[in-house]
Amino acid sequence: MSDTASQLQVRTPAPGIAVIEIAGEVTRDSDAALKEAYDQAAEGARAIVLGFDSLEYMNSSGIGLLVTLLVRAQRNRQQILAYGLSDHYRQIFELTRLDEVIAIHDSEAAAIAAAG
Amino acid sequence: MSTPPEHRDASSWAPPVQRLTASDGHINVTGRRPTAPMNGFGRMWQKTYRTPVGDASELAPEQVIAAWKERFSEFWPAGNRFFAPLAGIAPGEVAALDLAMPGGLKLSTGVLVLFADEESFTLMTPQGHMFAGWITFSAFVEEGSTYAQAQVLMRASDPLYEVGMSLGGHRQEDAHWMHTIASLAAHFGAGAPVEVQSVCVDRRRQWSRAGNVWHNAGIRSGLHMVSAPIRMMSRPFARGAKA
Repeated sequence: MSDTASQLQVRTPAPGIAVIEIAGEVTRDSDAALKEAYDQAAEGARAIVLGFDSLEYMNSSGIGLLVTLLVRAQRNRQQILAYGLSDHYRQIFELTRLDEVIAIHDSEAAAIAAAG
Repeated sequence: MSTPPEHRDASSWAPPVQRLTASDGHINVTGRRPTAPMNGFGRMWQKTYRTPVGDASELAPEQVIAAWKERFSEFWPAGNRFFAPLAGIAPGEVAALDLAMPGGLKLSTGVLVLFADEESFTLMTPQGHMFAGWITFSAFVEEGSTYAQAQVLMRASDPLYEVGMSLGGHRQEDAHWMHTIASLAAHFGAGAPVEVQSVCVDRRRQWSRAGNVWHNAGIRSGLHMVSAPIRMMSRPFARGAKA
């Protein structure tokens, strides 16, 4: 397996909207980093946009982390959106039914616009 | 959209599937949709069962997973059956299950192999299973030891199962996976106690999913069992049946 760990970057491109850019891998080892990124993004955010442009690898443990992140966001009444998913990861989202609870968009601009 | 380079995990995931198909016609599998934790009714739990199975210098995680895939059903408690797919535990394969229930009842259901690689594999449940979600079996090195772990992320599928969980279902589930992990460890000559960690990830119940009870595999398995004599008697009268 690659040594490319998760690289997460948090931005606030618009008031109340935070973007978490996810690069590299999302596996069980990404737990702490993802929690930290969410805590940073969640402050004052009504919507959190996950950017997957630079995602290289994700296993089923990684999908599990997205589910628990989703639960945290729902508890805080925050909307979760996503963009930048390749065809492969869009299929994974459909297979795991994450697409039913995370709105998927083609671009960051589209996701931010949808977040209102 | 341009074609990106193939992802390293591409061959480890099941291909897209809307509804499952059991090759042997096992009830409560064919036609059912795979269900994620978000699709269930009850509180969401993450339960982790793990134990060291050997020294990392002598036993690699890949060896543990290879043995676990090959002998998966052998490590289960008696009375529960896992009908391994002909192709083995591989992405996209569907396995049927017969699970022992209180009172001598049998619950028939199945699982989809959602993900499988050299270091882990994940089974996802279908509509009607007690749980909506998945369980990941993995092996990894930690502080010089190779560990085997099973981690469940799930909600009880419907209100009946949720009541069942609070009336002993959690204990039964813990016992099942502790037995499984301990059996796997014994296969490698290890015998340390199995560590269990249970976390309620979401205390809310999803009442919008109460209708999942329509697919309840426990009820359907029971009805299938009691209707067996009727099905047997109707066979001679079936169209095309020989006298």
